[in-house]
Amino acid sequence: MSFPWAQEYKPQGTVSKWVDERLPLPRLVYNAVGAGYPVPRNLNYFWNFGVLAGVALVIQIVTGIVLAMHYYASVDGAFNSVEHIMRDVNAGWFLRYAHMNGASFFFIVVYIHIFRGLFYGSYKAPREMIWLLGVTIFLLMMATAFMGYVLPWGQMSFWGAQVITGFFSAIPLVGEPLRQLLLGGFAPDQAALNRFFSLHYLMPFVIAGVIILHIWALHIPGSSNPTGVSIKGEQDTVPFHPYYTAKDGFGLGIFLIFFVAVTFFAPNMLGHPDNYIPANPLSTPAHIVPEWYFLPFYAILKAFTVDFGIPFTGIIIIEAKLMGVLAMFGSILLLFFLPWLDTSPVRSGHYRPLFRKFFWFGLIPCLVLLTYCGGKPPYTQWVILSQIAAAYYFIHFLIILPIVSRIERPLPLPNSITEAVTGKPLETAAA
Amino acid sequence: MVRLVAFLVGLFFSGMLLIGLGDTVIKAIQEPAQPTAEHEFHEMPLAVSFAHDGPLGKFDRGQLQRGLKVYSEVCAACHSLKLVAFRDFAALGYNEEQVKALAKAWKTEVPSINPETGEAASRPAIPADKIPSPFANEVAARAANNNALPPDLSLITKARADGTAYVYSLLMGYRDQAGYKNAEGQELLKEFPEAATPAGLHFNPWFANLNIAMANPIAGDDQVTYDDGTKATKAQMAKDVSAFLAWTAEPKMENRKSAGWAALGFLIVFTVLAWMSYKTIWADKKH
Repeated sequence: MSFPWAQEYKPQGTVSKWVDERLPLPRLVYNAVGAGYPVPRNLNYFWNFGVLAGVALVIQIVTGIVLAMHYYASVDGAFNSVEHIMRDVNAGWFLRYAHMNGASFFFIVVYIHIFRGLFYGSYKAPREMIWLLGVTIFLLMMATAFMGYVLPWGQMSFWGAQVITGFFSAIPLVGEPLRQLLLGGFAPDQAALNRFFSLHYLMPFVIAGVIILHIWALHIPGSSNPTGVSIKGEQDTVPFHPYYTAKDGFGLGIFLIFFVAVTFFAPNMLGHPDNYIPANPLSTPAHIVPEWYFLPFYAILKAFTVDFGIPFTGIIIIEAKLMGVLAMFGSILLLFFLPWLDTSPVRSGHYRPLFRKFFWFGLIPCLVLLTYCGGKPPYTQWVILSQIAAAYYFIHFLIILPIVSRIERPLPLPNSITEAVTGKPLETAAA
Repeated sequence: MVRLVAFLVGLFFSGMLLIGLGDTVIKAIQEPAQPTAEHEFHEMPLAVSFAHDGPLGKFDRGQLQRGLKVYSEVCAACHSLKLVAFRDFAALGYNEEQVKALAKAWKTEVPSINPETGEAASRPAIPADKIPSPFANEVAARAANNNALPPDLSLITKARADGTAYVYSLLMGYRDQAGYKNAEGQELLKEFPEAATPAGLHFNPWFANLNIAMANPIAGDDQVTYDDGTKATKAQMAKDVSAFLAWTAEPKMENRKSAGWAALGFLIVFTVLAWMSYKTIWADKKH
């Protein structure tokens, strides 16, 4: 569906008409990201990041396909094949560094995209399905990134795989057999490396599929906007093309400048030195840490230090390790329920004074702290900080948000997007 | 229903975390973490600068050639360089003949088979060969080194935090343990008598656990004789070989930096044009 005032695709030449009658693909594109898609006129730069995430996926797929032509998924050869790419393949060092940092930048833009959704309430009716698909994409990305990090078969690859697949062994009874089934052995080895490679190649295309659903679901209600006020009429919107293609073009330039600066001038800044040591199952690194984008969740995992049981009897119901694993997965899965936890009818955080306080002074410092503590060794001060931050994370989403949305008195909303932009009432505002 | 379940889950997780917090605090008070010798006496890498530092830096070819000399005459006795081929030395400024000569004159030969009998044999290296390793395998390497394994050096500067400075600091970092004091003036053996270096190891505060199996490889000046007449001081040799190992870890570094400037230049022009078209297109729309 679309708005009644959306421009209609009019094929001009004979060929365009011929194609349009048989497979209206140009019409689909025109209505999805062309002049046929009316978009709120007041989107700020946070609305660039969806397109940027799409670009990041394309960068990953293109560089990844070429890397796969030179990579060799074998425990004896994987590490050296990556170094072969770095040394002997034409521009191989570029492909590899771009792919390695491309993963980080994919997460950076997706985190900003999620941040946008959280602050402006993009998950609220009628956009719940977009949000659910988005969280699904995020989970698929995490799985893909984890498996990709294993492929160079360095120390962190191996021990990361050991730790992450070890989560499954925390499940009572079936845990250990399940872990062995997933790995194809008792420890990460050839079988695991081969299947991770296969899945790492497959998953991006699954992600691309879910992104199509995500965009499809977006086009039903149309894009949200910083005021959170629904579109009232044609004066509130501009056609996606040329208005937002131009703005996204500029955003893309800025994004690529950052991406290129890191890829070419500090390509190993976001990585870990230990992954330049070939995997050695007999030598455990001093501190096993995941890639930076997993650190908040890793901190939640490690924050659980006491078993849950009946006091003074020694009976343990849930071990600390299992609880950490449940909480870590729970911390992401709870995002699926966000549309039903935050029941405030006001979408944008701008008009929610109480929500905004908890958001800026609670959630954001909590996430920063979790990321920071996740990369630290388990010294007392880091454990204490990550326990406080992890507790706040759950309290924020599961307790504070439902209560705030009930008791908060929102600020008055503008009558329309146009009024918010021009400062004039709807009737007199010129488009 | 969703909110009720969420409330209970939230209460459970945060409750367990706060109990854990109390537990962590009590444990920290009852058994405060003891300072360790590694923690108090491990040194951060020394400040050292190289021609290849920074976004404009290029390798100093003369320094790399001197570093190769140090590697081949000192390090290569124990450390392999498996990812580097002789042909790669062309990048250090050697011509084809010199590379051939370097390969042929290399002290270790390349494992091979006798073409007549098929028995294991060895032959002189050619430019296409990777640098032959000093030991046939890990067991041989450990057997010759008091059960310590000399790591391959190809990627060592990328495989350690602050790698190039780390290698330099480690080479310069051998100290007499008796009476050794850190910057705060604490004396190691007085504070941690149990940290005395065991027999067969060597005290080096730049090494993670302070005791390294490798004996001081560059003990004094003039251990090698440089072809370009540079005075082979200890610091000079340590610096040259560190630069050489920065090159072995990333031989394409100069390509990376120059391509980076080209990409940045292109993108800045692109972004300015994109910004101008953005402003033009939106000129009539207040937003």
